[in-house]
Amino acid sequence: MSILVIAEHDNSNLKPATLNTVAAASEISPLVHLLVAGNSCQSVTDECSAVEGVEKVLLADDVAYENQLAESIANLIKSVSSDYTHILAPATTFGKNILPRLSALLDVQQISEIIEIISEDTFKRPIYAGSCIATVKSNDSIKVITVRATAFDPVNTSGGSATVDSISAEGVSDLSSFVGEEIAKTDRPELTAASIVISGGRGMQSGDNFHLLETIADKLGAAVGASRAAVDAGFVPNDYQVGQTGKIVAPDLYIAVGISGAIQHLAGMKDSKVIVAINKDEDAPIFQVADYGLVADLFDALPELSEKL
Amino acid sequence: MKIVVPIKRVVDYNVKVRPLGDQSDVDLNNVKMSMNPFCEIAIEEAVRLKEAGTATEVIAVTVGKKDSQEQLRTALALGADRAILIECEELLEPLSIAKVLSKVIEEEDPKLVILGKQAIDGDNNQTGQMLAALLNFAQATFASKVIIEDDVAVVTREIDGGLQTIKIKLPAIVTTDLRLNEPRYASLPNIMKAKKKELDIRPIEDLEIDVSSRTELLSVELPPERQAGIKVESVEELLNKLKTEAKVIS
Repeated sequence: MSILVIAEHDNSNLKPATLNTVAAASEISPLVHLLVAGNSCQSVTDECSAVEGVEKVLLADDVAYENQLAESIANLIKSVSSDYTHILAPATTFGKNILPRLSALLDVQQISEIIEIISEDTFKRPIYAGSCIATVKSNDSIKVITVRATAFDPVNTSGGSATVDSISAEGVSDLSSFVGEEIAKTDRPELTAASIVISGGRGMQSGDNFHLLETIADKLGAAVGASRAAVDAGFVPNDYQVGQTGKIVAPDLYIAVGISGAIQHLAGMKDSKVIVAINKDEDAPIFQVADYGLVADLFDALPELSEKL
Repeated sequence: MKIVVPIKRVVDYNVKVRPLGDQSDVDLNNVKMSMNPFCEIAIEEAVRLKEAGTATEVIAVTVGKKDSQEQLRTALALGADRAILIECEELLEPLSIAKVLSKVIEEEDPKLVILGKQAIDGDNNQTGQMLAALLNFAQATFASKVIIEDDVAVVTREIDGGLQTIKIKLPAIVTTDLRLNEPRYASLPNIMKAKKKELDIRPIEDLEIDVSSRTELLSVELPPERQAGIKVESVEELLNKLKTEAKVIS
């Protein structure tokens, strides 16, 4: 049983969700290979071959993979798929974009966002925004799986000594092409990788008021998130969104400010180790999952919190 | 330009779903059903393209039980021109749904297919990408902006950390993210008009596609319950607890 994990990277650095995905793969089999498809991505390859538990790195270094567009990458993975019993990718926008396409090319029913491995063919995954957990058995000969990163502790970035095999570009497609990218520049940690997250909801009342959260985030080294209600109201961009339709986070400390606690938001953060809720409505459902609840007006509480940190 | 919009009937997003007593599946008895929210966004985008003169016809399609006609009627009330129901008593997996849709799309030969990025029942986020693979179409998932320019579409996508813009050759698949648009409500006159629009019902057997399941649902259970903690009286007390009890800040 060999497992192929698709490495997520930006041609310079390996994205941390890959490490959680390798951890999931290692639970199924010790024969874990990483596929790096990119352009001039030697530094990523070096990182990958040092990752704990990785036996081999497949490197497809070609200008065609610079922006990792789904059509070409899915064809590439398909070309090496016959060597593997399982193909895994992180359930990030990267993995979610590519793996179902691969899955259909292989005529396989993908298993999305697994949170637990029961056996080589049986997995647990949340459904209905995490209201229920389904146990699903795959009867396909190749298992194509996306992995919810927060459900698996990452493997170490060192300790491995994988060999590197170069593979040639295969099935390069011209159906799509890259135009541009706007990646939010911030000194704060990435939402899904941060150990502290502070999020605002509709109670923040405006996008400007998010600076109250940012001040605290900077003192704590935290990432800033938001509920879908705050995104829908146009306070902040969608990449801030924590929840079923946004990002899934599980930091050591999650501070929910002015967030009522809709099921769809809870689905994205209820696995956090410690949850703090600040809300002026003492009946808000967020208090039912919070370890520490403070019933207060956030416009009083946040400045005080910031001052005392 | 013809646009096909596949939609799905799902449990309404306000319903809290629970497992059946024997944990064999979720309990869907007497729960309110609606159109999947991301599908509403897909219909809205197609209708806007028609209103802008870019599209000429919008066709809503679904694969499901007879009851799914309700959601197709909603799509017609929101501005779709006609609808197709591929009737099937069983609940199909995304791969099978994509196979059925690919057959319908081959027959209809649209320039663009817009569908929701995920359905809020299974949360799979697969059908659009699978459909693109089966048809060998370009795909632009998680779209927040779609511009049609002759034979290509320029699509801005919501990705982790920001936005990516790609150009895709038509025909293509676009899947919708939240910020693509704000769907309208159906007006009463439009709901009345929708009743007279064409809704074609075909049994799935007619398509002669193997839709057998590849996976087995072994059980459905509730997630571990999180216990409510304590209420603190002040910011001071909160900080104290976080430092000394929870030890998550220093």
